[in-house]
Amino acid sequence: MPTAKQRLTLAAAAIATAALALAAASQAALAQPRTDLVVGMALEPPHLDPSAGAAGAIKEVTYANLFEPLLRVDADGRLVPGLAERWSVSEDGLTYRFSLRPNAKFHDGTTADSADVKFTLDRARAAESVNAQKAYFAPIAQVETPDPQTAVVTLSRPDGLFLFHMASGDAAIVAPESAATNKQKPVGTGPFKFDRWVAGDRVVLVRNPDYDGAKPKIDRVTFRFISDPAAQVAALKAGDIDAFTLFSTYEALPEFRNDPNFTVMVGSTEGETLLSTNNARKPFDDVRVRRAMAHAIDRQTLIEGVLYGNGVAIGSHFPPHREGYVDLTGLYPYDPARAKALLAEAGYPNGFDTTLRLPPPPYARRGGELVAAMLAEVGIRAKIEPVEWAAWLEKTFKGKDYDLTMIAHTEPLDIDIYARPDYYFNYRSERFNALNDELNRTQDPAKRNALYGEEQRLLAEDAVNGFLFMLPSVTVQKANLSGMWVNRPVQANDVTGVSWK
Amino acid sequence: MLAFLLRRLVSLTVTVWLATIVVFTVLQLVPGDPALLMLGINAQPDTLAALRSQMGLDQPILTRYLHWAGGLARGDLGVSLTYARPVADLVAERLAVTLPLSLLSLVLSTMLALPLGLLAAARRGRGSDWAVLGFAQLGVSMPSFWIAILLILLFSLTLHWFPAGGFPGWSAGVGPALQALVLPALALAVPEAAILARVTRTAVLDTLGEDHIRTARAKGVGRMAVLLRHALPNALIPVATVLGLQISFLVAGAVVVENVFTLPGLGRLLYQAIGQRDLIVVQGVVVLLALFVVLVNALVDIACALADPRPPATGNGGAS
Amino acid sequence: MKRRLPLSLHLGAGLTLLLVAMALLSLLWTPYPAEQVRVIARLKPPTAAHWLGTDHFGRDVLSMIMVGARNSLAVGAAAVGLGLLGGVPLGLLAAALGRWGDEAVARLGDLVFAFPAVLTAILLTAALGAGAINVVVALALFNAAVLARVARGAALAVWRRPFVGAALALGRGPLSVTLVHVLPNIAGIVVVQATILFAVAIVNEAALSYLGLGIQPPSPSWGKMLGDAQTHLFTAPLQAVFPGIAIALCVMGLTMLGDGLRDWLDPRHRSSGIL
Repeated sequence: MPTAKQRLTLAAAAIATAALALAAASQAALAQPRTDLVVGMALEPPHLDPSAGAAGAIKEVTYANLFEPLLRVDADGRLVPGLAERWSVSEDGLTYRFSLRPNAKFHDGTTADSADVKFTLDRARAAESVNAQKAYFAPIAQVETPDPQTAVVTLSRPDGLFLFHMASGDAAIVAPESAATNKQKPVGTGPFKFDRWVAGDRVVLVRNPDYDGAKPKIDRVTFRFISDPAAQVAALKAGDIDAFTLFSTYEALPEFRNDPNFTVMVGSTEGETLLSTNNARKPFDDVRVRRAMAHAIDRQTLIEGVLYGNGVAIGSHFPPHREGYVDLTGLYPYDPARAKALLAEAGYPNGFDTTLRLPPPPYARRGGELVAAMLAEVGIRAKIEPVEWAAWLEKTFKGKDYDLTMIAHTEPLDIDIYARPDYYFNYRSERFNALNDELNRTQDPAKRNALYGEEQRLLAEDAVNGFLFMLPSVTVQKANLSGMWVNRPVQANDVTGVSWK
Repeated sequence: MLAFLLRRLVSLTVTVWLATIVVFTVLQLVPGDPALLMLGINAQPDTLAALRSQMGLDQPILTRYLHWAGGLARGDLGVSLTYARPVADLVAERLAVTLPLSLLSLVLSTMLALPLGLLAAARRGRGSDWAVLGFAQLGVSMPSFWIAILLILLFSLTLHWFPAGGFPGWSAGVGPALQALVLPALALAVPEAAILARVTRTAVLDTLGEDHIRTARAKGVGRMAVLLRHALPNALIPVATVLGLQISFLVAGAVVVENVFTLPGLGRLLYQAIGQRDLIVVQGVVVLLALFVVLVNALVDIACALADPRPPATGNGGAS
Repeated sequence: MKRRLPLSLHLGAGLTLLLVAMALLSLLWTPYPAEQVRVIARLKPPTAAHWLGTDHFGRDVLSMIMVGARNSLAVGAAAVGLGLLGGVPLGLLAAALGRWGDEAVARLGDLVFAFPAVLTAILLTAALGAGAINVVVALALFNAAVLARVARGAALAVWRRPFVGAALALGRGPLSVTLVHVLPNIAGIVVVQATILFAVAIVNEAALSYLGLGIQPPSPSWGKMLGDAQTHLFTAPLQAVFPGIAIALCVMGLTMLGDGLRDWLDPRHRSSGIL
């Protein structure tokens, strides 16, 4: 005869067993790999036509997923087939022959052939083109279509970067039937097609069942736009988001690193973050003043304060992960006393007043506050002026009417901007221009790298800008997700290779 | 009465028309070229020119104003420069967030304020009266965006009851959508409720002193019944007036609170459109908001005039 | 007749004086320089060394709140002061002119009120640039409209009073009547309204600084502190509490002061106020 207590124990045991069985069952259900994916992004794209806008978010949603250029850039920055499965370049570097995938189709069912390639390239270089990178298409003399699977592009001059440019989102192949409406209802040739856009919240893409290439493992990808840091962290923790790319709430990273449910990947971008300096304006036209500023800025503290340590310091305008990089971070060690001495030498023993204009990204607003505090230590009193992108572009970039500003230059291999006569740094150096001309004429990789090195050294010696740090590409994702890009060779959230473990 | 209505209508139209001029003029001063913003740092002059002409920005200012104002008069708000969609569609989409948010906060604030005000009036001078007055003082003193942050801290980050921000869309189901609106609505409702509780208390106390209430009490009607059946209905008129006047305050509050919670409402659309230099959207939304505020103020005026046979005052208090 | 001062007047005046004292003290002394950055010591909870902890750059929060009081009060005072200078003469003028002058001022008011104050400020800062001065201008515009309306209403009531008729009969001009009779009689109600507007200005400045449009770093502001704290809610939740308390106390002090003043000046109006 069991006692009351024993019966209670029995009952408890029975319940426990049932609960275990239930848990096991639900575990089995969980073990079934998921086939959908939710990617978090901070910024919402204004529209979804990569051939008509510079906003990075457009490409981050559509590149490689929805739209395909002729070629693609993969996770390691290499060129791989896109809509063209093969391509060849003539000896003289003027004729490019692209062989398209034979069964490629647009999402609306129309075939994607050489006529669409011709349409796309001609549209991008036409007089009324609104392509943000129209210069990419400028070398094109003509586009011929000998057969539906072949497009032949003839250039008027050799262009070593032409293939890279044809692999950019700006060169995504579009169809004449849908080009006008791609902004709201994008129609591409990629492995995912557009499903819906809940304005202000998300864009949903679904797997394209008629895709003629390798089909992605994910059948549905949702891009959710969350600009608020607290909401980003909360959404990740709640499991609402599987991966957050270009995550900039750096202060939350230790928490995610300590949580076995998450993986944190810190990769590289092409974004050299600068304290851009108006070299034509007093007192910044004096190299001693610019060097004083370089000595006044403590990069390690800046990286700690802005990126919570997740960044690499730079000493010139070149990313450390690229060949040809020269480490110049030791040229101007943090030394306020030396900075003051240089300022005194330049005739500013009591420092001077200036303005520091800051565009909206957090690295600029926060970093700028910190830089201003560091400059204040040596007597440079920088008044902070926050502006929106439109005003920054108009006044600072185009108008060149500024003293100091803080900005990340995200284009790959863009050291040539220092050779542009009308660039907003107002930097003029015959030596740099000569180096740059030589670089353009040089094909040999070793010689090119040596030239890149000399350019970097010159820029550092001239202390053209404050060279601060590389902007990191931080991805926070669920631990059992694989295939997200670690680095950012181009602006993209290519999820075609993503799968659940 | 008819003359009054007509005068009100004319002044309303004039105000809104002046508002369109003011908004349009101020926006011409805003630095930044929408085409440059769209095409970024590598845009070429000819591309910018092409986009500007596509956007209609190459026209002279007066032509653009007339074109826009003419469209407005026909009920056409124009097409967004960034989203390439009709502004009316964008507004309708965002109203699906802002309207329920405002209604929810109105309901929450009256649900909080009426019982509190009634309680305070019924127990005038006693502990609960002081408690309600204390709450009201606190409520009017706390900015709604701070309340919003505190609510996120408590209900999202600590208790995990509500999301910290964002909006899943009504297509995700009424439940999740409402869940995303509760905290922002509450943040807007608290300061509102504080003001309304004060007004309710005062209005009920005023009516309690009136003759017919005294008569009812003398006839032996219970205290509670007097409060609910006699005092409260009479007190509702001033409460409704204040509620109407607070609507423009609610609009302003929504702009900020939607930004705290990153809700895709009208306020956030406006804020983002300013950043994107989407002048057509900014103009349209601001004029719609102005029209709304002016209309509500006029309605309150008219309602007051109807309720009160004395000649109407031109003033209607401040908007915030 | 000696009236008992309302409790809210005492409390409000006390609280306001406390904040003004804190702001004045910050001119002479703060625990640490409010702009001193020490990244190593960031996001510390309250300790003996930092009574209210440190922010994301390691700045002392108490020092920032003290200097923030100065900034908030200065913006509020400027916005109300300019509002008084612009609004009261306009209201008096409207009342004195009557007819079309009155109508013009009323329509101008309608136009300003058609845009909520925060919206006006957002648009103006977009056009003229973010910063304390432009926020002051936007808020002053709104304050001027409110004060013009209040002054006009009160002045009209004074104009109807018998002694004004008497003064006019004695050959006084409208200007002299306005200065000698109307202005002193509306001063009370205008001061009450200005106090309330001061509180509203503090809230609006905080909201704009929260959005990044108001007072600019390195000068600390309560609203900006809240905006910064929101990104650190997980790691340092208290940073989102202290600046808010400062705003609430400041607003509370000023509204109670305004309510108390009103009750004191006009005892019949009683009961709508608090306490």
